[in-house]
Amino acid sequence: MISVWDYVISFLVGGIICFLGQILVIRTKITTARILVLFMVIGMVLEVFNVYAPFREFGKAGATVPIIGFGASLARGAIMATKEYGIIGIFTGGLTAASGGIAMAIFASFIFALIFSSKSKRGGH
Amino acid sequence: MDKQKRNENYNIYVESKVPKTKAWPSLFKAFLVGGIICAIGQGFFDLYSYLFPNLAESEVTTCMLMSIIFITCLLTGFGIYDVIGAWGGAGSVIPITGFSNSISSPAIEFKKEGIIYGICVKMFTIAGPVIVCGVVGSIVCGFVALFI
Repeated sequence: MISVWDYVISFLVGGIICFLGQILVIRTKITTARILVLFMVIGMVLEVFNVYAPFREFGKAGATVPIIGFGASLARGAIMATKEYGIIGIFTGGLTAASGGIAMAIFASFIFALIFSSKSKRGGH
Repeated sequence: MDKQKRNENYNIYVESKVPKTKAWPSLFKAFLVGGIICAIGQGFFDLYSYLFPNLAESEVTTCMLMSIIFITCLLTGFGIYDVIGAWGGAGSVIPITGFSNSISSPAIEFKKEGIIYGICVKMFTIAGPVIVCGVVGSIVCGFVALFI
């Protein structure tokens, strides 16, 4: 079940995606918000053209952990829900698929913001 | 000194003062940090596949993403993720942990401005565009699926 190869592939695929992102950062001084949006849209486009499914099959967590996978799951949720429920699925599908991640990010951030105070003067971003 | 000359000189001055990102080391660091985060994700994926064999692959993936999002928020709270981010560059931004950090970091930072106008509003300064583009994009994808 658990194979070392899965980890090697995850490491390499995830690493290469971040490598490409870092090239963008160096070349264009792109901001955090733009880089996240850009990679998410790339994921959506890949999903619409049915390229993402084989990529996920190959890349394991290396394909789902980067924000590309988040965009692809939004797109896939919308597409699947549209095929199943029709027009209403267009609007419900995307957020339903991504709800776990978004809800956890907001919830955990809120709780930890109540608990912790900022340590560094530099700030996050 | 005419205006254009002065502006050019100023641009040269700014260019000399902006910290240069050294290309190759930073590319390697981004590769390393991004790769390690994805390998940790694969670890959680295998753990949840083992613990909950009945779940579908997409549900296991959601559990895995939620776990690393939670851990990232915790690390941001302790100020550890800022260190990783300063070292790893895009390697810490592009994984879903970067999305999570972009929500928790301003939330903690602007806590002193109050719960509503501090935490709740500032939470979405970076993640807002991501969620908006995500929702709009998914609706476009839905329409595309309707006509294919």
